[in-house]
Amino acid sequence: MIVADKKPIEEIIEEIKGHEKILILGCNECVTVCEAGGKKEVGILASALRMYFLNQGREVKIDEETLERQCDHEYLEEIRDVMDQYDAVVSLACGVGVQFMAEKYHTTPIYPGVNTCFLGATEKRGLWTERCQACGQCILARTGGICPVSRCAKRILNGPCGGSDHGKCEINKEIDCAWQLIIDRLKALNSLDDYEQLSPLKDWSTDRAGGPRKVVREDVQE
Amino acid sequence: MKVKTPSKLEKVLAAGHVAVTSECGPPRGSDPEVIIKKANLIKDHVDAINITDNQTSVTRMCSLAACIRLKLMGLEPVLQMVTRDRNRIALQSDILGAASFDIYNILCLSGDHQSFGDCPTGQNVHDIDSMQLIQTVRHMRDEHKFLGGADIERPPEMFVGAAANPFADPFEIRVPRLAKKIAAGVEFIQTQCIYDLDKFELWMKMAGDRGLTEKVSIFAGMTPFKSAGMARYMKNRVPGIEVPDEMIKRMADTPKEKQAEEGIKICIESIERLKEVEGVRGFHVMAIEWEEIVPEIVEKSGLYPRPSVE
Ligand code: SF4
Ligand code: SF4
Repeated sequence: MIVADKKPIEEIIEEIKGHEKILILGCNECVTVCEAGGKKEVGILASALRMYFLNQGREVKIDEETLERQCDHEYLEEIRDVMDQYDAVVSLACGVGVQFMAEKYHTTPIYPGVNTCFLGATEKRGLWTERCQACGQCILARTGGICPVSRCAKRILNGPCGGSDHGKCEINKEIDCAWQLIIDRLKALNSLDDYEQLSPLKDWSTDRAGGPRKVVREDVQE
Repeated sequence: MKVKTPSKLEKVLAAGHVAVTSECGPPRGSDPEVIIKKANLIKDHVDAINITDNQTSVTRMCSLAACIRLKLMGLEPVLQMVTRDRNRIALQSDILGAASFDIYNILCLSGDHQSFGDCPTGQNVHDIDSMQLIQTVRHMRDEHKFLGGADIERPPEMFVGAAANPFADPFEIRVPRLAKKIAAGVEFIQTQCIYDLDKFELWMKMAGDRGLTEKVSIFAGMTPFKSAGMARYMKNRVPGIEVPDEMIKRMADTPKEKQAEEGIKICIESIERLKEVEGVRGFHVMAIEWEEIVPEIVEKSGLYPRPSVE
């Protein structure tokens, strides 16, 4: 899933303080799972903002809404009828949802309410870690199912670098060295010999490097 | 042994001599005198001088310019190149730039992470890794081709090196990793600083058993301790460096004013011992910001005078 983290409320206030009628819009998908932008977080942010404006002696309307998804036309249409009641929206969806909202409601300012961080998983409640950078050409088959693109601090395809220390990455003792994990897994798979195969230069044109990407599937288009 | 490049370093090795290299870090400024001064301190005692590439990710004068400076002094530079800061266009372009000044040695590295340096908020590149950089230089040199497939006019003639850490984690791939670098095309290896001689000898033996020491020239990395504090720092703070407790104790038991001398003594004893190890073809003496000590170490370990080769 896409993992997001809360934005400091001061930053949100700084963006929206000029507005009078604000909708806080959550999303029921990834950001709900990572507890950054679901119904619960929408409620918490809305209350904090109401409190803030009250203390400022200002009358600002703050409403709450949470959609099934913000990255889907169908769900975004659900608020079309009420959108003219607001002069700004704070979207707690990931960066995709924020942009999709902005495209759909072209004349209403949309502010991001979370920081979109990475593609990752829930290790345990309150701890999410990165697993993929969507490079567009998955090499997990060659790396014991562990991704060096997203999990090695240097994206090294023939690792580890000289900084791997007792299983940890040179940048931080809290971060596993991806190459230690790869080697452990190759060992468990009884295929440590594969380690000696040189990984060729990667084609990064399917990655961010190639410019904005598109997946076109004519077979499923209507 | 037949040489493949005009590199003096390669010729020294091919003639069967124990080679000696050292290194200079470029300044954090544009004064060429810093490089000239450092190089003059060591030039008669080494066969080639490595120039580091923004080491520990701290921004400095570029390695290529400093290498050209050595070249203008009639010296033999080893161009260190990290994959952290340049993509494959810039790397190939800098290799050609170096070749245009007849720089004949290159050391391919991935580089420390930028979070250690003075621009921790910057991007890193890592388009290719150090193994792939080895392959790239060999491809340009041997096939006379760019990565993109076009022909190179006047291709680079470079003796290709890389670093290796005999003590690196994970243990089981220490030797396979060397094998992989050799398969990528590396011709010489400069190791991480060695203090645990037993462990290094074991690594050399394991590499020798796989026939690897015949395929690559290994330079043992040597860094003298200036003080007991430095010895402790190397042990505790620098990832991938192992310092035996007896060595720490030996430094600590020496009165402060004599510690530098003791550090030099340890370094010389280590070189004397490792000279006898099968497969050790040279020494890379890294006296970080202590270049003036290199001549003494080289002389006292019987590596002086340096041979002249044609
Ligand atoms: S190799 Fe690419 S697609 Fe596969 S997990 Fe890593 S970043 Fe994602
Ligand atoms: S220590 Fe491991 S994860 Fe960290 S940069 Fe080096 S190889 Fe990558």
